[in-house]
Amino acid sequence: MTENIKIKVKDFDFYYGDNLALKKVNVDIYRNKVLGIIGPSGCGKSTFLRSLNRMNDVITGTRAEGDVLLEGKNIYDPDVDVVDIRRRVGMVFQKSNPFPKSIFENVANGLRINGVRDKNFISDKVENSLKGAALWDEVKYRLNHNAFDLSGGQQQRLCIARALAVEPEVVLMDEPASALDPTATLKIEELIQELKKNYTIAIVTHNMQQAARVSDYTAFFMLGELVEYDETSKMFTNPSKKITEEYITGRFG
Amino acid sequence: MMDRHFDDELKDLNTELLKMASLAEEAIVKAVEALQTQDQELAREVLEGDNKIDAMENEIEEKAIDLLARRQPWAADLRFVTTGMKINTEIERIADLACNIAQRALELMDAPLVKPLVDIPKLADIARHMVKEAIDAFVNKDEAKAKKVILSDPKANALKNSIADELIDEYIARDTKLSAKALPLILVARHLERICDHATNIAEDVIYMVRAKLVKHKKLNDK
Repeated sequence: MTENIKIKVKDFDFYYGDNLALKKVNVDIYRNKVLGIIGPSGCGKSTFLRSLNRMNDVITGTRAEGDVLLEGKNIYDPDVDVVDIRRRVGMVFQKSNPFPKSIFENVANGLRINGVRDKNFISDKVENSLKGAALWDEVKYRLNHNAFDLSGGQQQRLCIARALAVEPEVVLMDEPASALDPTATLKIEELIQELKKNYTIAIVTHNMQQAARVSDYTAFFMLGELVEYDETSKMFTNPSKKITEEYITGRFG
Repeated sequence: MMDRHFDDELKDLNTELLKMASLAEEAIVKAVEALQTQDQELAREVLEGDNKIDAMENEIEEKAIDLLARRQPWAADLRFVTTGMKINTEIERIADLACNIAQRALELMDAPLVKPLVDIPKLADIARHMVKEAIDAFVNKDEAKAKKVILSDPKANALKNSIADELIDEYIARDTKLSAKALPLILVARHLERICDHATNIAEDVIYMVRAKLVKHKKLNDK
């Protein structure tokens, strides 16, 4: 099974100043699978997600100990190019944040910043990324329109397309559908099932039904600790720990 | 209308149920043939084949529970999965009854049958047809077909009774030494009639699935 591990998190601790927010976390994130991360508010799920591409670095006073091995190499090693990590491990946020530019430019931006000049290459990449995010058919005749003309669900898919354009290996999603209506949410969930064919996905969600629907593996966090980690089928039919069962059946949290 | 990955999973469940039903139907046919032609090997084949059907029942049950847990289906999807789980059990019972018939066949292998079989194969045909029609009704969500299955059950009961009556009145009553040969045949008729009952149960479950109305334990004209 080791060849199937995309990211290996080993004895990972994370501090906000003196506060130990994540405690000795051990998780194997499998290639081309969806990891769902659940837990009550403040349990550390978003902190954990952001640790997978060092987004937490931008917060002052934080410290990470332990390993996050992306294809066997620790992303916290001193010789690592953080910008490249964030390209390989892309992120989509709860509140979609398209740039105040055209739809086309939103997706092309990452390529231009990386020094790509070839217009045809950029054009093809934009089209493929928008197709990959299941948005192309809805926007192909208005690529020069402002991104803010799009609906919430479409903006979110645009952000996904933007992440895909720089050819990531992993896509992290922090509650990507919590600001969306049910139909848009369903589209995002169907998209995730398609995306996992080509990418490894990790998604934080406070919606347990969504975690059950969308993920192959589920990690349940509480008070900074990983309480249980298993195949989603097992977690939601017969969890190993009583406290997991109490959480997913809504008895607390 | 959106294509859902869930639809593929529902189709899979459907396919597995169909496969299992097909094996159960085959078992009925083989068991009755083994009885009629006194073919020991064929009877044993039926008994050995039951392990596969039992394994399928377990797999289908686990798949269905997994679907309920992970997909939280509602409305027609929910009724489809729960009906599928019930039909799963009915099919496994039908296969068990085919095994019972095969066992009766083995018990009668030592000597020629007490009479040439005429009505038992007829009842077997009715049973097999009812099972097939009930499963078709499930696959095609066909309420009319399901109703037809339910309405043919009394005919099966009547035929079972006349088989039992003939064996009792014409054979056992005239010569009690024939009991050992005649009783197993009465049991076979009973096994076949039970298969018809299970087919009727499947049909009733299909009507629930289609109309969200429970018709079990009611007369059909109330339904």
